[in-house]
Order: sequence, then structure tokens, then C-alpha cells
Amino acid sequence: MKGPTAVALDGATVAFRLADGRVYTAVEQANLSVDQGEFVAIVGPTGCGKSTLLNVTAGLLKPAAGSARIFDKPLAGLNRDAGYLFQADALFPWKTAIDNVAIGLEIRGTPRSDALARAQQWLTSVGLGAFAGRYPHMLSGGQRKRVALAQVLIRDPKILLMDEPFGPLDAQTRQIMGNLLLELWTADRKAVLFVTHDLEEAIALTDRVVIMSAGPSARIIGDWRVTLPRPRDIAEVRMEKDFHALHREIWGMLKDEVMKGYVQSTQAGAA
Amino acid sequence: MSRVILLALQVLVAVATLALWQLFSTVPVFGKVLLPPFFFSNPVDVFSQIVKWFSSGVIWKHLAITLWESILAFVIGSAGGILVGFWFARQPRVAAVFDPYVKMVNALPRVVLAPIFALWFGLGVWSKVALGVTLVFFIVFFNVYQGVKEVPTTVLDNGRMLGMNERQLMRHVYWPSALSWMFSSLHTSVGFAVVGAVVGEYLGSAAGLGYLIQQAEGVFDVAGVFAGMFVLSAFVILIDMAVTVVEKRLLVWRPAAAARD
Repeated sequence: MKGPTAVALDGATVAFRLADGRVYTAVEQANLSVDQGEFVAIVGPTGCGKSTLLNVTAGLLKPAAGSARIFDKPLAGLNRDAGYLFQADALFPWKTAIDNVAIGLEIRGTPRSDALARAQQWLTSVGLGAFAGRYPHMLSGGQRKRVALAQVLIRDPKILLMDEPFGPLDAQTRQIMGNLLLELWTADRKAVLFVTHDLEEAIALTDRVVIMSAGPSARIIGDWRVTLPRPRDIAEVRMEKDFHALHREIWGMLKDEVMKGYVQSTQAGAA
Repeated sequence: MSRVILLALQVLVAVATLALWQLFSTVPVFGKVLLPPFFFSNPVDVFSQIVKWFSSGVIWKHLAITLWESILAFVIGSAGGILVGFWFARQPRVAAVFDPYVKMVNALPRVVLAPIFALWFGLGVWSKVALGVTLVFFIVFFNVYQGVKEVPTTVLDNGRMLGMNERQLMRHVYWPSALSWMFSSLHTSVGFAVVGAVVGEYLGSAAGLGYLIQQAEGVFDVAGVFAGMFVLSAFVILIDMAVTVVEKRLLVWRPAAAARD
């Protein structure tokens, strides 16, 4: 029952022109594919271009070379099949939680009353049914992420792109959000591309972990399958033996890159 | 400090000031009146002048004129500021071309425009409105420009990824952001609308609070000048309170601590 590949990056290279005229190559020759229903994590040291790759998939960035294909069609402009959960707060601060969630339907032409009813359902399924009338600044960081998740999922995108979505949250909230994400994902198995620098989180959540080297000119240097049984509990799966074995194996490779990335970031800071 | 004590102290300041004023302007100290009535009048005279204005009803016409001029100046200046602010923010090239001229006009003290406006628009309402507009326009313009420019990239990208087209981005992202900046300067812009109206009246008109003060000054009626000032202050405070109510309603989504002034 394998359909077309959800995301296929072929030799994607992303370069930026810096203010002084030099060209900075963020990502070089990245090949990456995500099947339908597959949950894939991209892990790499800070500043390695993980988010860049995600933005290429979203259509927010154009690769300098190589191509991006979405469901076997070349990507032109924004990726209309994708929902994007941003790292930073991206909710509209002037809209209430329910309006933030409903907007994705409203702009499609769904009548407002229907959109609000669906939004209320989504808020309930992310555990915020009672917070519909709150503005983003009245919600905690974790609650805002839940609203953002509902905002993205209500449009029922075929692909979910997530850029360190739980980065700013505390450890316990991250676990709760991870489990919520898995629960929602299990319901309809979207293709997910999940960027994180947290290897444990990546293994606990996903089917595949892709490792990137330190930038500049970051490359994809490793690709591991995670065969831990589902359904998983984020906190408990970390105790299992297979988890540890896989973690040790991937960390062996990632460690060097993290050190390289660290050295580079300190040098860049000194320059 | 509790509310009651605070209020009591605030009233005390007013009472003490008025009492001292009355005392020094009527009772000689060592054979000399410290505040000669010709220059300083006294609270009782000022108060009776205010009472006379209100009881005879002449004041209402002047208040209505000033209010009307302020409203017109605010509405026209805001509309212009919003339009041009949006236009410049969305068209950086246009903004770059006009930048020195905007700065030049904004640097000009508006009072010097009053004679020209009086020539162009006559001594009626519109020359005062024009003066107010030149003040309000720039405040609103700068805020709207900033509001459109300062929309966080992430919020904009989020709008795009949720499927908004340019028109929808305008309505759901740029517009609310620009308005929030404009509303945060509402006190200033409304205040300047009143300033424009009153200064315009003072420099040449046939009605309004500024006219009233100017008339009193012309016949050395110091009590009338002070009375006009008090009525004007009360008028501005009332408008400011109305603005606060409107602002609270419009900016309900914004955290109180981060409110800009």
C-alpha cells in the first residue's frame, strides 16, 4: 500500500548571500525522503541547517541547486500540503485561542460558525477546551504550543513540518507534548519531518533518525531506523534496552559533529 | 497607599494651591499684595467666570466647535496616516524616495503653518482641522509604518503556511499589527488633535476655546484666561478618559506589561 513519497529532497543545496558579498553554503547536497505516514527526525548540532532543510520542504526557501518533490510533484512556491509548527511563537497575538485555530479554515472559505465549532473540537483534543477565549499572552508556553498544534492540524495537512517545536518548554511539558503529538499522529499517520537537537526526543518519537553534520556546508551523514514498538510512551521508552543501544550508536557519530559545531560557534563569536 | 488616602492627598494639593492663590491675591503681606489681581486674578473670580459661562450657556457652542475640530482632525489625520503608512511600508522604494521630505515636514513647527492654513481655508473650522491633521498624521503614519514593518517574520510565515494570500495577510496580520501600534499612541494623537484645534483658534477664529482665551487676553481679562484654561484642561481630561476606555477595549489582547506608550 505504499503510495508516492511524501517528501523527496534530491541533492538540495541552500546558500545565502551574506551582507559582505560572500556566499554562505548552509546545506550541501542533501538527499532525504519521507514516506507517507512516516515520522522522521532530523538531528544535528546547533546551527547545522536543520531548519533550513525544513524551510526548503515548506517552500519558504528555494534551494540553490537540487530539487524538492512533494508527492512526486516538483515543489513550486509554498508547499500547500504541509503544515508548519514553528520554533518561535507564531500565533496571532491579536486573536483568541479559538480564532487562532479557526483561521486556517476561515481563509479557505469555511463559514465562521462551522470553523469555530471545529476549532473548539481541536482545542478540546489538545486539552484546551476551556481556554478558547484566552489571548496567547494569557497562556503558558506549553499551552501556546498546543494551540499552535491545533492551528496546524485543523487544516489536515498531509505533511507535518516541525521545527524544534518543544524547544522552549521545560522537560516535563516536553514529555507531555511529545505524548500528545504521538497520540494525534497515531490517529491518522501523517508524514512528519521533525527537527530537533535532542537525540533522545528524536529516538523516542520517530521511525527514522537522520543525522546532519556541523555547518557550514552541512550534509546528511547518517540514517537510522528506529524499530521500537508502538504505541510508545515518551518517558518509558527511554528505559528500554534497545533505546539505549540505538542511542549509544547514534551518539557515537553525533558527538564529533556537536563538538565541531561548538568549536565553530565559538570561533564565529570571536571573529 | 490606599485609594482613599491617595484621593484625599490629591484633593489636598488642589485645595492648598487654590487657598494660597486666593490668599496671596487678596490679603496683603507686609502691606504688599504678592499676586496682583491684574496679573493673577483670583480663584473666586475665575470660578464665577466659569459659572457664568455655563449658566448662560455660551460655553457650549465653543466646546462643541473645539470638539468638532478635534474629531475632524483626528479622523482625517488618522485616515491619511494609515493609508500612507501602509503604502510606504509595503513599497520600500517609495518610502526611500520620500524619506527626506517626510523628515523635513515633520521637523517643521506646525504653528508656522497656521497663517498659511488661515489663508487657504479661511478663519472657519477647516483651517484648525488642517493644523490638527498635520500633527495627527505624522504620529499615526510613523506608528502604522512601524507596525507593518515590525510584524515578526515567524508570524508572517505562519500566515503564509496556513494558506493566506496577500489580501488575507493584510487583513489578518498587517492590519491588526499596524492598528495596535496606532492605538498605543492614541493618547498622543488625540491630544495633538485638540492642540491643533485650540492653537488654530487662538491664532485666528470666531469660536472655540482657543478663541475664548484669546478674546479674554485681548482685553486683559486674566480671570477669563484662567477660566478658559481650566475648562480646556477638564475638556482634555474627559477626552483622555474616553480614549482610555476605547483603548482598553481595543487592546485587550496585549499583555499589560508590554504596552507601549
